[in-house]
Amino acid sequence: MSRAMKITVALLVFGVVLGGIYFQGLLDRVLRLAQPARTEEQSRREVLQPPIATPSDKTVKAKIFWASVETPGALQPVEVELALSAETVQRAKQVLNMLVAGPPAPELRTLPADAALLEFYLLEDGTAIADFSGELSTGTPSGILSEQRAAESIARTLESNVPGLTRLKILIHGQEAETLAGHLDLSGYFTLAPPAAAPEKPPGKLTASGSAVKLPR
Amino acid sequence: MECSFSGILLSVRFVKPILIVGSLCAAAMLLLAQHTPPSATPTPQTAAPPVAQAPATRQTLNVVVLDPGHGGTDSGARGGSGIVEKEVTMSLARAVQAQLELQGFQVVLTRQPDEGPTLDERAATANAQRGAVFISLHVSSIGAVGTAMAFYMPAAPTSETKPGPETSGRPLVRWQEAQQAYAAQSRKLAELIQIQLGQKLRGSAEVPQAVAVRQLRSVMLPAVAVELSSVAAADRKPLDQATPALAEAVARAVAAFKAAYEAGAI
Repeated sequence: MSRAMKITVALLVFGVVLGGIYFQGLLDRVLRLAQPARTEEQSRREVLQPPIATPSDKTVKAKIFWASVETPGALQPVEVELALSAETVQRAKQVLNMLVAGPPAPELRTLPADAALLEFYLLEDGTAIADFSGELSTGTPSGILSEQRAAESIARTLESNVPGLTRLKILIHGQEAETLAGHLDLSGYFTLAPPAAAPEKPPGKLTASGSAVKLPR
Repeated sequence: MECSFSGILLSVRFVKPILIVGSLCAAAMLLLAQHTPPSATPTPQTAAPPVAQAPATRQTLNVVVLDPGHGGTDSGARGGSGIVEKEVTMSLARAVQAQLELQGFQVVLTRQPDEGPTLDERAATANAQRGAVFISLHVSSIGAVGTAMAFYMPAAPTSETKPGPETSGRPLVRWQEAQQAYAAQSRKLAELIQIQLGQKLRGSAEVPQAVAVRQLRSVMLPAVAVELSSVAAADRKPLDQATPALAEAVARAVAAFKAAYEAGAI
């Protein structure tokens, strides 16, 4: 093999190695870009929604209304052992955060995973104002049944666990929204029944033994 | 003096026969009144009590306003298999229209295939009709495929139905609450539709749901929404198969509603 040929082969090998290294870097960049970018809402939620703990927290069996396994479109309460505050606003935030973040299975979810409860206010007359991030609107599947199920899961979870609430107003990013996702009218209030009068259904049984599900906080 | 005395005597002489004739006339009128049929002489005491919101004369119901949900740039719900709600709702509307026209109804559509009017424009189309009902057609994202549900606007709590601010003594009905006056009729129409859906689309619920559907709130007619499940179907076949049954169910229910409405039972 002539010297020139050896140099050519060496250059080619060097080029292939260099190309391989560049290709690997390119592949990593493409894979990084292919991953869904973290939304502003997700980052905001991480900052705004650390686990809420208050001195009056007491572990109770909370009823969280997630989607029914047996009846499509319906809700079913699931008993969850949860540390809940005695203070109404904190208690409401705790159960709503569990409703968003804690369904035991994805098919039980009623609210979008990246929706965040931005704020919760309570007026003197018992009016509860739940202010959600825009993901509640953009992430809820469009349709009368799905939107109604989402709002109903919020209302029933509140009325089953937080005493003293008379009605609920849902805001999106601090503003009144015309609809949740194109159908459900959000211009009014949802009437809440007190816990004792709230309609009861047998608690959900998600485990084989039928015991209540204990979820990590 | 003498003159005035004779005048009085003269008066008494004439008054007596006048009184007798008058009494006879009064007795005759009384007898006539007793024998006259009551319907010919309605009195305030026997008239039917007024019904709130009821029109003075009951109209015939010949028009159905069909609202194919979404349209234009608003595609509505989208399924993973590519099902687009606005296309299915248009197909549903055409099928329901055909069935209603067979029953003799005049059908008004709120949009054409490539149009996307606003919700208030759709309500305005409906409110321009007389002797009509409004049906908004949708396809859900969830629910058992091939089932359908009818929805009506829930009646607002008493505290929220009080009239709005008054202007020169006229109560102002809020545009957002225009449907409230028709809540009972809308509920009846939804019940009739859901009964038919339960019979024709297996697995559908037996009773409709009261939901604050934005599309209904400003419609001043008996108004319901009907939603077929769902865009989550693997393909359009089950939805296309359900369409004729849904159309027939709606047409039969509207015909039943018309009969009850025109008879004054609703």
